[in-house]
Amino acid sequence: MKSGSNLEKVLEAGHFAFTGEVGPPRGSNVEAVKKKARYLKGMVDMVNITDNQTAMVRMSSWAASLFVMQEDLEPNFQMVCRDRNRLAMQADILGAYAHGIRNILCLSGDHQKFGDHPYAKGVFDIDSIQLVALIKKMRDEGKFLGGADIDTPPKLFIGAAANPFGDPFEWRVHRLAKKVEAGADFIQTQCIYNMKKMREWIHQANDMGLTEKTYILAGVTPMKSLGMARYMKSSVPGMDVPDEIINRLKGAEKKKQAAEGIKMACEQIEEFKEMKGVAGVHLMAIEWEHKVPEIAEQAKVLPRPVMN
Amino acid sequence: MVKSERKPIEEIKDSIKGYKNILNIGCGGCSSVCLSGGQREVNMLNAELNTLFKAENGSQKIDGYTIERQCNAKYYYDLPEILLNYDCILSMACGAGVQLAAEIFSNKPVFPAVNTVSIGIDRDIGMYEEKCRACGQCVLGYTAGICPVTRCAKSLFNGPCGGTNGGGMCEISNEIPCAWHDIYERLKEQNRLDDILKIQPVMMWQNQVQRTTIQEPYKERYGK
Repeated sequence: MKSGSNLEKVLEAGHFAFTGEVGPPRGSNVEAVKKKARYLKGMVDMVNITDNQTAMVRMSSWAASLFVMQEDLEPNFQMVCRDRNRLAMQADILGAYAHGIRNILCLSGDHQKFGDHPYAKGVFDIDSIQLVALIKKMRDEGKFLGGADIDTPPKLFIGAAANPFGDPFEWRVHRLAKKVEAGADFIQTQCIYNMKKMREWIHQANDMGLTEKTYILAGVTPMKSLGMARYMKSSVPGMDVPDEIINRLKGAEKKKQAAEGIKMACEQIEEFKEMKGVAGVHLMAIEWEHKVPEIAEQAKVLPRPVMN
Repeated sequence: MVKSERKPIEEIKDSIKGYKNILNIGCGGCSSVCLSGGQREVNMLNAELNTLFKAENGSQKIDGYTIERQCNAKYYYDLPEILLNYDCILSMACGAGVQLAAEIFSNKPVFPAVNTVSIGIDRDIGMYEEKCRACGQCVLGYTAGICPVTRCAKSLFNGPCGGTNGGGMCEISNEIPCAWHDIYERLKEQNRLDDILKIQPVMMWQNQVQRTTIQEPYKERYGK
């Protein structure tokens, strides 16, 4: 075991993993974090704690992770390259591990322009692939990036993101290969709506032997409404929402669009369970945490395995 | 070359409001080339300011003098005598020129009249595009001559992020081409994609302390 995290154990044992996501609050409201976490307890193997997502200031990811742990839920500490230089990254990694955090997800981060401080200085000292390599070095060699020895290296399960849909498409599998080579133990993908492209990407990853070296969790975000689908299609970077998704939601009555969105997500999950190279699903129910039990039930991923 | 643009007139006027006799020093180097602070721009700014001064109180006056390059002390020879008649300096040079003027005439207040924007190229007359951030560790060799530090909004070194969309545009704007998309396409065309399949290690940023450059043949001369 590299980290002994619950997610690692679930994946190593060959179970189909199911992970969730919690966005920390725009304030110091502890109860808000805990309340979201409670909806996910027992429903997922691990929960991603987002890091100033969409470049809006929120309670720090590691701090919210600790509150999630108090609810007996395993966090996945997200870390973006936008807000920290290599010193702050390594310091937060040590602190997070010391507090019992065992999973980390390395991300570039949405550009600060999108957030509530658009003129902040973006750090981007190192990029997300370099961050994966940095954590691997800390864990496996017990050394800081600068070369000095670490007293008690952080044994983290290292994650990275992948977007099978960004341009140029043929590059995407090579970017995945770089992340795997850098040391990504698991991959969580961007929200998937274009299943055709996803199948093609996974096929390429299988052919290159990448799915034997890393665990790929397919990203699923249920559409809450037609409006959300249209917004995702037009305004969210790197998102590929085919017209058939829009049309299917259009075909549902307004009151039934949410149910249709959940149904579509569950159909996707069913396909991922059978898809060679996919080791699990990462469910990003954005501001819809209370729906996770219903979705998990409907997707037939319960009960979650209990690992020792 | 260094690209700059003039500050808003109100900001310039406000910065020199406490001074009666002002000398606006233009620069015949980059500022002149990019049409922000050469002789012509000095004349235009002064005409504008003098009109405002006259309309308001008539007690302030600005004259102009443009030197060949404000970033080299040897072009300042005329200025000490001229400056005897002035209380402060307005400089239309880039940040480097303003600082050298302030160093040489350390008894006179110096105010910048332009914002220094970038090291860039001339896309057309009066249109300039930033190309270099002077990071001090050029990577253009493996990025097909496209700078990821300058052109990628996240200064990535290992390929396009997940935000690239709309036919190779950057996530921050559909009007800004993704640097890494362009790098990918150009390398593909040159059959050099191997260059970006390797993981690029972290940058050793060279621009975190002030740098002094001494060219090799001069090292002995300066005892370095």
